[in-house]
Amino acid sequence: MMTSNSASAREFPADSVGLVTPEALQFDQPLALECGSHLESWQLMVETYGQLNADASNAVLICHALSGHHHAAGFHSVEDRKPGWWDSYIGPGKPIDTNHFYVVSLNNLGGCHGSTGPSSINPATNKPYGPDFPVLTVGDWVDSQALLADRLGIRQWAAVVGGSLGGMQVLEWSLRFPDRLRHAVIIASTPKLTAQNIAFNEVARQAIRTDPDFHDGRYQEFNTIPRYGLRLARMVGHITYLSEHSMGEKFGRDLRKDHLNYGYDIDFEVESYLRYQGDTFSESFDANTYLLMTKALDYFDPASDFQGDLPKALAQASCRFLVVSFTTDWRFSPRRSEELVDALTAAGQRVSYARIKSSHGHDAFLIPDERYEAVFTTYMQKVAAEVEAGEKR
Amino acid sequence: MRQDLSIIANWVKPQTRVLDLACGDGTLLHYLETHKQVKGYGLEIDAEKITACIGLGVDVIEQDLNRGLKNFADDSYDLVIMTQALQVLRRQDLALDEMLRVGREAIVTFPNFAHWTCRLHLALKGRMPMSKTLPYSWYDTPNIHLFTFKDFEELCEEKGIRILDQAVGDFAYEGHWKARLWPNLFGEVAIYRISR
Repeated sequence: MMTSNSASAREFPADSVGLVTPEALQFDQPLALECGSHLESWQLMVETYGQLNADASNAVLICHALSGHHHAAGFHSVEDRKPGWWDSYIGPGKPIDTNHFYVVSLNNLGGCHGSTGPSSINPATNKPYGPDFPVLTVGDWVDSQALLADRLGIRQWAAVVGGSLGGMQVLEWSLRFPDRLRHAVIIASTPKLTAQNIAFNEVARQAIRTDPDFHDGRYQEFNTIPRYGLRLARMVGHITYLSEHSMGEKFGRDLRKDHLNYGYDIDFEVESYLRYQGDTFSESFDANTYLLMTKALDYFDPASDFQGDLPKALAQASCRFLVVSFTTDWRFSPRRSEELVDALTAAGQRVSYARIKSSHGHDAFLIPDERYEAVFTTYMQKVAAEVEAGEKR
Repeated sequence: MRQDLSIIANWVKPQTRVLDLACGDGTLLHYLETHKQVKGYGLEIDAEKITACIGLGVDVIEQDLNRGLKNFADDSYDLVIMTQALQVLRRQDLALDEMLRVGREAIVTFPNFAHWTCRLHLALKGRMPMSKTLPYSWYDTPNIHLFTFKDFEELCEEKGIRILDQAVGDFAYEGHWKARLWPNLFGEVAIYRISR
């Protein structure tokens, strides 16, 4: 244990945002939802890094993926061993450079890290919402993020940035509030899920919903959690985040012990790894939130309001786009990003696209990589230069 | 700016929609955007050049031209440009078809394999020519299909492609009378403006 003295003396890396404190923001204006229901009052858990400039033109919004949250960068305490989930890409001198940008990161509504979600108390019943929490959409999230922007005094984001499900929120921003962002950075994402994507989500949902401890989503009232279901959901999900190659590199057919068990205990390292991932996740993530997030993924399809005509849908946007994919990502493969890019060029939108060679599968968007960093940094430097030019005017 | 690029820039009408195939570091598109208010995209496959384009603020899309331009609709651009890249593609004839399907007009530039230095190199040394415009050894060159002005013009004729303009650049003798008189012999780089 560190003493408080040595603790305050702990030095974080020079390119870290350092100690950060999340803040819960309460909203008392009702939020109308796409499902037809609404939330009377709600709360968002938010972290910010860097300084907002005088004309509030340097703000960057980070949208998180399926299991993400507001803690994207820095450390919550001096004892923290692990920084936020996107610390490799947010900080002084990093692609999203906090010397230039005011970065806003939130836990989405429906989440389980402090924002109002299924595990929050429903004011109407004084019990946890559980399965009564409305099914949210990417559009609902963007609406709530727009109200967050209002609260923070940000009329227009310099950029909205996100990977995977986060990238879908970025795309939705560009269509729902075209004049409220100048740049959209969409990484390892897709304009809609494929049947295979939905199929994997359904396996995850069934794993959770058929767990005897699920109790139709009211597990909190039974003082339990659908541990096994959530664990299985995460194990399946995790396989789709890695590539065949990266799994092979990491584990191969390495054995846990130096002999086979001739039984059903752990033989191979990859089994041990998956079980560990599932175990930690099942103790820290809310099952109803997981269900809700996978539904938001499944439902996302901005072309659906335009008879499936994606270029027509994208014609509403007025920001510039950067789209990035990774060669071994098979969850949202480069082909999905290219569908988006093709539709953007067909719509005459300004877009740049890079297909990064990586062995890390879908997870590549979180992992340091020389070329990815070069593309991302160069793009964000242009965004920062625009902000500075705007300030001088 | 490279000599062939400044000639191209003179041929481009303001406010046209341009696709620049193998756009390199984005110099040409950046120039055309700033001085001619053109709109468009560069296609490139080299990682460092893509980053350079992004740094210039040029819209660049990572794409392998050998796979064609299937993702671009017929007649969707006024002009499709390809500078110094035709000779690295697998099928130049198909590339020209694609360029003139997507664009109403195209501009192509390529090194002339019938330049007198190439002829002399082959005649005297008996080895594949190397020069400032063709600096590679025969085994590691990206220029897998070298050809001459005459070859190109013949292909255009076969395909019914119209040659609207032609310019010849020579790094040593810019606008030299010999290059104007006998381009296939004295022109090092050719620039053609073509249409269907």
